[in-house]
Amino acid sequence: MSLTDSDKALVKKVWAKIAPKADEIGADALGRMLYVYPQTRTYFAHWPDMSPGSAPVKNHGKTIMKAVGDAVSKIDDLVGGLSALSDLHAFKMRVDPGNFRVRAPYIQTILAHNLLVSLAVFFPADFTPEVHVTMDKFLGAVAAALSAKYR
Amino acid sequence: MVAWTDAERNAITSVFAKLNPDVVGPNALARCLIVYPWTQRYFSKFGNLYSAETILGNPMVAAHGKVVFGGLEMAVKNLDDIKKTFAPLSELHSEKLHVDPDNFRLLADCLTLVIAGQMGAAFTPEVQAAWQKFLAVVVSALCRQYY
Repeated sequence: MSLTDSDKALVKKVWAKIAPKADEIGADALGRMLYVYPQTRTYFAHWPDMSPGSAPVKNHGKTIMKAVGDAVSKIDDLVGGLSALSDLHAFKMRVDPGNFRVRAPYIQTILAHNLLVSLAVFFPADFTPEVHVTMDKFLGAVAAALSAKYR
Repeated sequence: MVAWTDAERNAITSVFAKLNPDVVGPNALARCLIVYPWTQRYFSKFGNLYSAETILGNPMVAAHGKVVFGGLEMAVKNLDDIKKTFAPLSELHSEKLHVDPDNFRLLADCLTLVIAGQMGAAFTPEVQAAWQKFLAVVVSALCRQYY
């Protein structure tokens, strides 16, 4: 499932709309993920506080959204563009790649799903079925690119 | 048997009380058919499904969305015995309708996102966790007869 030209155009349009709230969305999505999927907390045990709205969550939410924004700008070559990030997640942090995805076998949705929930919460009128499918595809492509260097 | 905390029960029933059956079920099903187009394979008798607009305007999709919502309502009313309540539905989906059970998770995701959009900030992480736990139990009950 690859991104068509109209998918890419819509992703850029959506990104331009949500960019002013990117930090909030990132913090919201990450907070949701850590709360709703407690198994993801294993990667952040070094934080003093993992609760929604806490300082580490807000900071890391910003970092994540900066990377998503970067992915938008590199949408024509996500695998190449995200290669360094893939190395980092695969070799340094060793994050199970199932955590990036919208779908993982038998485990319901992780970071990408929570980004979609945050989008629906912050931009309900804009989160149309068309935007939903395109962002789902885009986040799936980002997850795949992040998983590319694992083995 | 699933253990529900009081907070979870409250969250689930209060979310459900806010949902309009004429809107949420139809929207979620339409989204499922749009976002995961392979799910359309089960609805070949529903006529025109070739674009997001036609799916959103399709009366058979809307009607079936209400049926799905009715199933959820049954689950909310039988929180302590969803498995048994859903046994006939599980058999129907596996033996008669031959639905790949992964599709139940896709529809559950669409329901969650429709509700998140409707509730906004009131769809807190706590409410989301309770709601998704509820949907996971429903999905699991629907999958039970598939052996």
